[in-house]
Amino acid sequence: MTECKDPMVDLELARAHGLTDGEYALILEILGRTPTYPELGIFSVMWSEHCSYKSSKVHLKTLPTTGKVVLQGPGENAGAIDIGEGLAAVFKIESHNHPSFISPVQGAATGVGGILRDIFTMGARPTASLDSIRFGPLEDPKHRYLLHGVVEGIGGYGNPVGVATVGGETQFHECYRGNILVNAFNLGIVDADRIFRAKAVGIGNPVIYAGSKTGRDGIHGASLLASAEFDEKTDEKLPTVQVGDPFTEKCLIEACLELMATDFIVGIQDMGAAGLTSSSFEMASSAGTGIEMDLDRIPTRAADLTPYEMLLSESQERMLMVAKAGCEAEVCKIFERWGLDAVVVGRVTDTGRMVIRSRDEIVVDIPVDPVADNSPELKRPYARPAEQDQRQTLTLESVAPEQDLQGALEALLDSPNLGSKEWVYRQYDQRVQGNTVLAPGGDAALIRIKHTDGTPTSHGLAMAVDCNPRWCFLDPYTGTLAAVAEAARNVACTGARPLAVTNCLNFGNPEKPDVMWQLVESIRGLGDACKAFDTPVISGNVSLYNETAGRAIYPTPTVVMVGRLDDWGQHAVSYFPSADLSIVLLGATREELAGSEWLALRRGIEAGMPPVVDLAHERRLQDLLCEGIAKGTIRAAHDVSDGGLAVALTEMCFTAPDGRSVGASVRLAATLRVDALLFGESTGRVLVATTNPEAVLRAANACSVPAQTIGKTGGERLRIESADTEVWIDASVKHLKKIWERAIPRRLSDGGAHEGGA
Amino acid sequence: MIAVIQFPGSNDDRDMLFAMKTILGAEASLIWHQETVLPAKTEIVLLPGGFSYGDYLRCGAMARFSPVMGAVQRFADAGGFVLGTCNGFQVLCESGLLPGILLRNRKLHFLCQNTAVRVERSDTIFTSRTKPGEVLWIPIKHGEGAYYADTKQMQRLEDNGQILLRYCDAEGSVTEDANPNGSLHNIAGIVNERGNVFGLMPHPEHAVEEGIGGTDGLKILGSLLDAALARRKA
Amino acid sequence: MKATICVTLKPDVLDPQGQAIQKACGTLGYGQVSQVRQGKFFEIDLDAPNPEAAKRLLGEIAEKLLSNRIIENYRILSIE
Repeated sequence: MTECKDPMVDLELARAHGLTDGEYALILEILGRTPTYPELGIFSVMWSEHCSYKSSKVHLKTLPTTGKVVLQGPGENAGAIDIGEGLAAVFKIESHNHPSFISPVQGAATGVGGILRDIFTMGARPTASLDSIRFGPLEDPKHRYLLHGVVEGIGGYGNPVGVATVGGETQFHECYRGNILVNAFNLGIVDADRIFRAKAVGIGNPVIYAGSKTGRDGIHGASLLASAEFDEKTDEKLPTVQVGDPFTEKCLIEACLELMATDFIVGIQDMGAAGLTSSSFEMASSAGTGIEMDLDRIPTRAADLTPYEMLLSESQERMLMVAKAGCEAEVCKIFERWGLDAVVVGRVTDTGRMVIRSRDEIVVDIPVDPVADNSPELKRPYARPAEQDQRQTLTLESVAPEQDLQGALEALLDSPNLGSKEWVYRQYDQRVQGNTVLAPGGDAALIRIKHTDGTPTSHGLAMAVDCNPRWCFLDPYTGTLAAVAEAARNVACTGARPLAVTNCLNFGNPEKPDVMWQLVESIRGLGDACKAFDTPVISGNVSLYNETAGRAIYPTPTVVMVGRLDDWGQHAVSYFPSADLSIVLLGATREELAGSEWLALRRGIEAGMPPVVDLAHERRLQDLLCEGIAKGTIRAAHDVSDGGLAVALTEMCFTAPDGRSVGASVRLAATLRVDALLFGESTGRVLVATTNPEAVLRAANACSVPAQTIGKTGGERLRIESADTEVWIDASVKHLKKIWERAIPRRLSDGGAHEGGA
Repeated sequence: MIAVIQFPGSNDDRDMLFAMKTILGAEASLIWHQETVLPAKTEIVLLPGGFSYGDYLRCGAMARFSPVMGAVQRFADAGGFVLGTCNGFQVLCESGLLPGILLRNRKLHFLCQNTAVRVERSDTIFTSRTKPGEVLWIPIKHGEGAYYADTKQMQRLEDNGQILLRYCDAEGSVTEDANPNGSLHNIAGIVNERGNVFGLMPHPEHAVEEGIGGTDGLKILGSLLDAALARRKA
Repeated sequence: MKATICVTLKPDVLDPQGQAIQKACGTLGYGQVSQVRQGKFFEIDLDAPNPEAAKRLLGEIAEKLLSNRIIENYRILSIE
């Protein structure tokens, strides 16, 4: 029943498609016959790690996913929460790691395109993006090239589609030398009663294909690229990277939102990973129906596409939707107005089967449920790595104390991890849609919420993405707790109350028990922290096989926290807004240097247990910040994290968006070793600036958050000294700022065109 | 009545509408690029920022040929007020309503940042709410914003006082360091000889609210609105 | 008929992309490269009764759309 040029399907071909022997046996059982070549392709992508989450599913089920704000949890294109005024925020983060390593510009661009489609597929207008990107050291020319390419790709796609990029993180570490990470987040706004879902309901309803034409792009991209380790032959995989067209996406967004304001359609799904196949299966499966489709009607770019290629193509900017019978013409008219193809390609049936025709032949006939229900769920073995004990051992006494405190501060500010990321984010449109209250460069981004008709509300949404991979490597459980805690703290630093989480779990090869253990521990940490904060996980993505030549990346569970602020005008900033403010340190500083940026940079050591995370304290701290900011007693709040207290203080001096800087004089009691006091990264700490330190101390005391006034803002210098007036650091803020600003540009000065500092 | 032209790929169209309607309280609506005539009561035409037709080929090169641009051309020829920001400026240049062209930024990268621009003249319909020499803070966000024209044309622009905004530092000095994109003579915005068509790279519609980009953009949009009201009364 | 057209920047217009490529050539060890100017290349399929008519048509298109005469020149490279 298939075309003669299709290869013979047998066990060997199934293996070449990444299916196990057991999975192939199951296919034979489900079909009662040998699959056709297109059918084999369908099973291989539907049951791939990327589409089925087979390694992680059993563990992901332990996460908290419900709560009073949750309108849609995991399982749809994205999650949704209630943000009041009849509005919902729809959001998700997703990885595009492997494609970005192979082709940085296109890989990152299509990553952005994919996450945007996940959002507007739900009916929401994509409003704010964050990007979390990680590379190898910038000393490596390949990684300078990758950084350039990824940033160009994110901007080159995100800017034309008219979605503001309001924040993110950029990190560099040896562990990403063979495998970079590109995680893209988007949040959209929709009327809570107008959320669309991927459902093929209504027997006889037409199935409509809209958007770009289908080409040979990315065949087996998602399933194979995202599920295979890299090796020296990586270049051979080049043709499978998809090419994105932001202009088409922009038109698709507008056309889909226009369509969704009507009553013409009942279900919609984007053709993302594994294209037409997974979108149609997901829609039929979630509605308990079947779909009949005619491949001859699919708009194509190349004349000679085989059914196999059409079904597995990952051409970008395509949507599949189910319209109400009789509304086909109206639907197509809207797309035509935006210059896009829209054609009826099939209809919904009650057979529970996916039947696909090509040139009057049936090329696919598969029962829908067995493919979805039997999607493999593995209980992969996991074991604590033998080296874990050694990794976690660090005797602080054996670490030589810092002799040059100011030199250490300058070195930290000059490191690409702590230095200014302006070179990155100024290449992104941070302003479009006119809602950006706090732009990139602070702890969290803050946007004003508008109604879907454009009427402004007084509410704001804050969002932050965080992960400290070094901590996750040293202890995946604690590291992930810390990632959630930091993201929540960052959100609370604006005054917003943390509400819900999305996450992207980037790990190595799950077939290795060591890596699987990291994944399991990390998911346990994610669950525990989210339970403690009452912030359910509403969406997410798992990216495995992030390794090259057998070397896995550090576990990198990037966590995005989204929070809500009643009055966006009443927010705090992350810098000193003026002189003559008191500086109060909230939270306790312990002698914790393990896992710190200082220890890695100045002593070359990555060992020890990461700092303790006290979830109950974090929650009290969040409350304290939200209340203090709402009352106006706290005018500025900045999370103390990478680089410790000294770096956090420095950043507050010079990160005002208008470029003004304010100095500070700080006095600290030397209760622990000075380098730990200045550069240790104890969690649960926030620096606040206030005109009323008594009120802040009183409030802190009332909720048992340690707090002390440590200094005052003013002048042009940052001066940090001991209680007995020994001067530890005394430098002009301008001087420190210059170092911090040049950290990334000075490392990119290969070729004047790439020079920073306009 | 303000017509905000909507090309496929326009991004800031709804922000422009928000600034005019919600913030300034004017009557404004989106006009689709396929329209061949403007609404009868049109007093101002706004060409918004974005990436019309994907900005493939050259920025603004294809938008120029869309049906609505014929109507815009006639409107401008009849003395109607036209303002184009960013991509709108590029469209105005491509269609010959303004001289010159916007080239790729000197350092090639797309740049999004708050930028200081100095007002060169306040005796125009686009700057009447400002003072000469005043520094406005308005964001730019573009990859191709380096203004270019040949020497003769540059001389004409200077001689006629057609340059309304120049990139400057916080104190208002027009310096090479303050030029973000390599524009000739630090040009951020120019007006045509007749004084009714204005193009600028900064986005006044993104500086209309305290707390979200500041309010300096209102000085430009508000000036234009004042002019339209004055003309209505006249 | 098939035609090819190239559009190049006029000599006095700054070409930062070309400069970046020239610098990259240097970084790669090709110090011999002293200048690069980047342009655009178009492959066009069209209906025309004869090459002369095609040339006229292409000239109009190049003038109106493919190039901006303030900064660019064009050349019709081939018509077959």
